[in-house]
Amino acid sequence: MKKFVLVLVSLLMVFAVSPLNAEKKMVLDGSTTVGPIAKAFAEYYMSLHSDVNITVSESGSGNGAKSLINNACDVANMSRFMKDKEVQAAAEKGIVPVAHVVALDGIAMIVHPSNPVNDITMAQIKDIYTGKIKNWKELGGPNTPIVMISRDTNSGTYETFEGLVMHKEKIVEGCEYVGSNGAVRGRVQSTPNAIGYVGLGFLDRTVKGLKVDKIFPTKKTVANGTYPIARPLFMFTNGYPKMGSDIYQFVTIHLSKKGQEIVERIGFVPVTEY
Amino acid sequence: MKRESTSSILISKGTSRLRRLVSFLIQGSLFLVTSLSTIAVIFIILFIARDAIPFFELRGLKEFFTSIRWYPSGNPPEFGSLAIIYGSMMVTFLSVVFAVPMAIFSAVSLSDILPFKVRQMVKPIIEIIAAIPSVAYGFFALVVFAPLLQRSGGHLLGILVWMVGLPVSFILVYMIGDVLSDRLFADPKLGHRLAIMAAGGMLCLFGLYSLYAKLSTITINSGTNALNVSIILAIMALPTIVSVSEDSLQAVGRELREGSYALGATRAETLTKVVIPAARSGIIAAVILGVMRAIGETMVVWMASGNASQIPKPWYNILEPIRTLTATIAGDMGEADHVTGSARYHVLFAMALFLLLISFISNLISEWIVVRSRKKWGI
Repeated sequence: MKKFVLVLVSLLMVFAVSPLNAEKKMVLDGSTTVGPIAKAFAEYYMSLHSDVNITVSESGSGNGAKSLINNACDVANMSRFMKDKEVQAAAEKGIVPVAHVVALDGIAMIVHPSNPVNDITMAQIKDIYTGKIKNWKELGGPNTPIVMISRDTNSGTYETFEGLVMHKEKIVEGCEYVGSNGAVRGRVQSTPNAIGYVGLGFLDRTVKGLKVDKIFPTKKTVANGTYPIARPLFMFTNGYPKMGSDIYQFVTIHLSKKGQEIVERIGFVPVTEY
Repeated sequence: MKRESTSSILISKGTSRLRRLVSFLIQGSLFLVTSLSTIAVIFIILFIARDAIPFFELRGLKEFFTSIRWYPSGNPPEFGSLAIIYGSMMVTFLSVVFAVPMAIFSAVSLSDILPFKVRQMVKPIIEIIAAIPSVAYGFFALVVFAPLLQRSGGHLLGILVWMVGLPVSFILVYMIGDVLSDRLFADPKLGHRLAIMAAGGMLCLFGLYSLYAKLSTITINSGTNALNVSIILAIMALPTIVSVSEDSLQAVGRELREGSYALGATRAETLTKVVIPAARSGIIAAVILGVMRAIGETMVVWMASGNASQIPKPWYNILEPIRTLTATIAGDMGEADHVTGSARYHVLFAMALFLLLISFISNLISEWIVVRSRKKWGI
């Protein structure tokens, strides 16, 4: 009798909990640069619609594309456009990737706050990362070797850097690779001789941003295109989402005033001057 | 009389056929369950090999093993893993160099020298070191140890020289003083011994000081380097080596020790000439276990080794960032998709196969040593 009651109670508990699971889910995956924007949008959206559960993972743009292609996520955050191979793979699986530009971003070159160097040219950045410039004294700094920090190759930030700065030339072998924007900032802020690159939203007081070709990375210079290392940030969906659906409302947040305020608050550049 | 199989010994002649059948079935199913783990390992090796072979078909053996250019996402992509293999080997070798002397000294002192109460307290603490998750070690290495090395690296190395050098030189001076005074003088007196030991002590102190002076001036450029990772890996491998060595030292038994003392040997002689040689096979097995732990560690090296695919210049420069096989597999797996890049996906399996082969070979060597020791010495 006791056993029967125990079993009955546990079954009832299981069934009592399950209605809570009958909520709508939205899965986002991808770039660590777009991640904070996606998380902020998710918080905002969930505060308006309490029956939707949104999860955001940050495993890199490449992973986000892969997840979308394999139908493992609803929205892929990417800090670069999909590569030809990814579009092809998506088409083979019947997925139509549609890009939504949610914000604009600049890639800031950062150094330790104690570094006297203030500006740098695109050619010099390329020479540093290809190993031609090895010492800070060649740039007007102290006589110390340069420690290069780069993002791992599955990162959209890396791909943008490779495309816009390196022009497809290969980075020299002594360069260190770390896994996220935060890790780059962490390494640079504790290493006096380091140079690295992060998304604009990660430029803060703990590191020093450099002027590139005499332009300092700010929201204005990125938006009007004068800052050379700038890029749009995307959210990809499978086809254009059905109007009024949760996904549709989510990927159009950036068009509203509130969305652009959120983007600006995080440190990126909103798509319009609202 | 013909030797019957186990089942027929345990079953009397009169049992029914059904009974025998049931017994056979149960034995068979127990064997199946036991061999499940072996089957799992075989399947793992098979699947990894199956996905690794296409890489060698695509790109051949030469590039993987001889080129140091690792650009899997480049245009055209290059998959030279020599620098990565070198990084793995270098880090494993260094961590063994740091860990093994410390571990063997700890095991010996825990089992033979220190009082039992100390052993009761210290052994659980060493076990706790093994229980700390590797990501916690990696976090510590990246956030605490790397900046520390950068700020005061040379100073730290100097302090390390003193910390390790003083006890070692003390022991060395005493031992060599004993041996030398026996050799040089027919009837060594206390005065002779003291003189030789003082001379040796001066020499050691001078050597340590000059080493300290030289190392203090070094500035470490990047704290995420081979030294950082090796020290952390040594700490992680320590409990494994200490536990297994200590167990094998205990397994030597009291009789051997008592016999040695009864023949008039001092404690040092007993330890170095009787106990440790007797436990030798177990100690070597422990070291190989530590090696396997170090070579397979992923989180620590991915976070704190710098991930720079290079062979440091010069080759023994341990203050440069390096990249290991495990970190490459973990870091690149996300981008290396079966759909979007073939050789890039398979090269990771080739690295995994290489790691498996190394573990396999280390295991075989360890087994061979134990078996040979047993045959030769009966232990």
